Amino acid sequence: MTSFTPALQASSLRYDPALKRNRLDKFYNALSGFFSLIVVMPLFLVLVYVIIQGGRLISIPLFTQLPPAPGLEGGGIGNAIIGTFVVTIVASLIAIPIGVGGGVYLAEYSTGGPFARFIRTGNDILAGVPSIICGVFVYGAIVATRVFFGQSYTAVAGGIALAVLMLPTVIKTTDEGLKLVPKALSMGAIGVGASKFVTVTRITLPSAFTPIATGIVLAIARAAGETAPLIFTALFSPFWPEGVFNPIATMSVLIFNFAIMPYEAQNELAWAASFVLVVLILGANLLARWLRRFAN
Amino acid sequence: MTVSLQRPMSKATDQNCLTLEKVTISYGSFEAVRDVYLDIPRGKVTAFIGPSGCGKSTVLRGLNRMNDLIEGCSLKGRVVFDGQDIYAPEVDPVEVRRRIGMVFQQPNPFPKSIYENIAFGARINGFTGDMDELVESSLRKAFIWDETKDKLKQSGNSLSGGQQQRLCIARAIAIEPEVILMDEPCSALDPISTLKIEELMHELKKTFSIVIVTHNMQQAVRVSDQTAFFNAEAVEGGSGKVGYLVEFNDTEKIFNAPVQQATQDYVTGRFG
Amino acid sequence: MMTDQIQARFTRRKRPPADRIVDGGFRYLTIALASTVAIVLLAIFLTVFEGAQDAIKEFGLKFLTTSSWNPVTGEYGAFTAIYGTLVTSFLALLIAVPLGVGTAIFITENLLPLRWREIIGVMVELLAAIPSVVLGLWAIFVMEPFLRPLLVFLNTALGWLPFFSTAPQGPGVAPAVLILVVMILPIITAISRDALNQVPIALRQGSYGVGSTRWIAIFDVILPAAISSIVGGIMLALGRAMGETMAVTMIIGNSTNFSWSLLAPGNTISAMLANQFGEASGIQVSALLYAALILMLMTFAVNIFAQWIVRKLSLRY
Repeated sequence: MTSFTPALQASSLRYDPALKRNRLDKFYNALSGFFSLIVVMPLFLVLVYVIIQGGRLISIPLFTQLPPAPGLEGGGIGNAIIGTFVVTIVASLIAIPIGVGGGVYLAEYSTGGPFARFIRTGNDILAGVPSIICGVFVYGAIVATRVFFGQSYTAVAGGIALAVLMLPTVIKTTDEGLKLVPKALSMGAIGVGASKFVTVTRITLPSAFTPIATGIVLAIARAAGETAPLIFTALFSPFWPEGVFNPIATMSVLIFNFAIMPYEAQNELAWAASFVLVVLILGANLLARWLRRFAN
Repeated sequence: MTVSLQRPMSKATDQNCLTLEKVTISYGSFEAVRDVYLDIPRGKVTAFIGPSGCGKSTVLRGLNRMNDLIEGCSLKGRVVFDGQDIYAPEVDPVEVRRRIGMVFQQPNPFPKSIYENIAFGARINGFTGDMDELVESSLRKAFIWDETKDKLKQSGNSLSGGQQQRLCIARAIAIEPEVILMDEPCSALDPISTLKIEELMHELKKTFSIVIVTHNMQQAVRVSDQTAFFNAEAVEGGSGKVGYLVEFNDTEKIFNAPVQQATQDYVTGRFG
Repeated sequence: MMTDQIQARFTRRKRPPADRIVDGGFRYLTIALASTVAIVLLAIFLTVFEGAQDAIKEFGLKFLTTSSWNPVTGEYGAFTAIYGTLVTSFLALLIAVPLGVGTAIFITENLLPLRWREIIGVMVELLAAIPSVVLGLWAIFVMEPFLRPLLVFLNTALGWLPFFSTAPQGPGVAPAVLILVVMILPIITAISRDALNQVPIALRQGSYGVGSTRWIAIFDVILPAAISSIVGGIMLALGRAMGETMAVTMIIGNSTNFSWSLLAPGNTISAMLANQFGEASGIQVSALLYAALILMLMTFAVNIFAQWIVRKLSLRY
């Protein structure tokens, strides 16, 4: 080789905006940015309307009064707020122990055999079952058979339907959270003669507390906003809750019922309930986010 | 081409393919390497050596604007290539990378066939000739044709680590760059693959200018004509160490008669 | 002697029987709790399948292809609802996939400072948290009135196409599709973003190293490397769209009459269940459960297909 003159084009390195590749790049940059804007927009618009339409109705009576009869003005959603808490708590009381226990089995006891694979696959399938089907199932299994003291629609039935919905998430987060705990930690406990039970309950589970708690908070938040499993299990009630073995009002079902009513007072209460529900759910999501950051 | 771009202030551009003028590279507010002046000669192999964290890889990636991919990484100073500062705002980094190719520390073939691994770069560079021929000649130049000619349709990932790295070199030379940057190309390879790649470099420097970062001082001695020794020092008020260029000279001089004490200590293994 | 001393200092060197029982019992307890998943899944299937028996015997496969839904005569066919479920889901997917994947690319590439991209990511996740019934309320009172002029325009300009042949009158298939898009965008975006983030940086560097522009690298190297997870996410979103109930029920119009027009009211299986199941009796309950069974099998098939395609497309990188 005698000379090392630039082998290919001795062209400038200058950015040439007219080049096809640069024009395409610009185009796609703009397009993806535009798409992001479209994706983010619904959140803004929904929040703005919920805040404007629902936020302006926030008052003391909203929390302390019952919804008005059709055609009348005023009233509140006190019973539905309580109902949402009752149903969600019932669901959590069922789904959290079962889910955490199942997750502990998958992560700590199973050895990846066919049974564990079957449960994991089943869990994925259960997570994919439409929420309305959960409602239909609980209706058929509990409401129609009147297993609870001859009562048909009950708050407990609603809670069970929500629990079916929460269960896969709780199992999955527990399973994955436990797997993140370093094996050396449980080895250490077993090494000093601790039983598996003590190791799991005193060492492994507490170490995985944050990811599991985060997942559970998100699962509860999701359940609190669910409507489809409740409309023919917990049903609705225009009255204050009368224990857990009676039909109960919830905010989500109230929104559904009142949104399609031709009365303005009811429509307004639907917006107000949306505001309360969205504040609670987004609050729970931010809490989960904070928990996660706290763990890092 | 405008006049202002044509005549840079750098000296002796005929012999030098890349010139660094007071280059400082930072990650966010942290300076990784400071005030590097360097003339990389054309048609030779230049090695960057030095302890970990001295910024030699950072400087190497700065030579074809690969650092653009790293969040918060910025460069001050000038890197002159072909008479132009490649960091000038009007420069297209894609254009730079098409003329200054790169081989990475970990072999990184695309998840495509061996054939496509070579053809991909050529195609996006607007290659109009016979693609089969280009693939064959590139693989031959990288000494890997015999091992791959019967399985061009197989995934590049089906090759061994050493073969993958030679495939990546073939990929780089297929687009006929003027300079090839190699970032510790043998650090993930076994000794036999390393030997093959070193032989390859001797062939390649007939056609390309090569800049190689290496941890291995024997390798620098074996393959390079010129060597730059980088070191890192703690700075007052700073949290970490800042890299700087200690000495740049013929490889022989660096290893046998270095001017700086730090270089002497490093090449004789009395470092740190 | 030694053993005695140790015995004295460690009173429980020998495990008490209760300890063993608790240890073993806990293991069986977790097995039982894990089995709940299988039991519930089986119970759901059996409940729906049992309940649907009468309708299956009565209507057979004709149920899938006829669209009469008449509680008076006891004639039931779910074609309208099945067609509505498929059309709304696939149209929603068609719109949401480019938007979601495009957004995922936008927030994994360095087009904006990291801070901004994180904010967009959080906003997408929060969008996923908004209850479907609230989106339905918003769709009724805000989105649909806002879009009405556009739908009217489609009808006047393209009314000769069967898909736009009816005058929009409020609730309908088109607004249902759009609210479904809003609901599945977060899933597609979040899963695509995770998939793109997992593509090794080395591949990206390799691509830029041979002189790719940003979008050549994205289309030819990065997206192909992430495609299996992205397709898995899209399938998951499809399953979600098919089963989505509340927002769709509130805006689709719940008409059991079949129409090709996207501007006319329509129905989906889940909307039909939400509307009628509570008040139904006799053979109608069974017909609804038959439809529920079909919905279950459809979402099940989509989920199985999703797992298969993820395996099929998995690339080693």
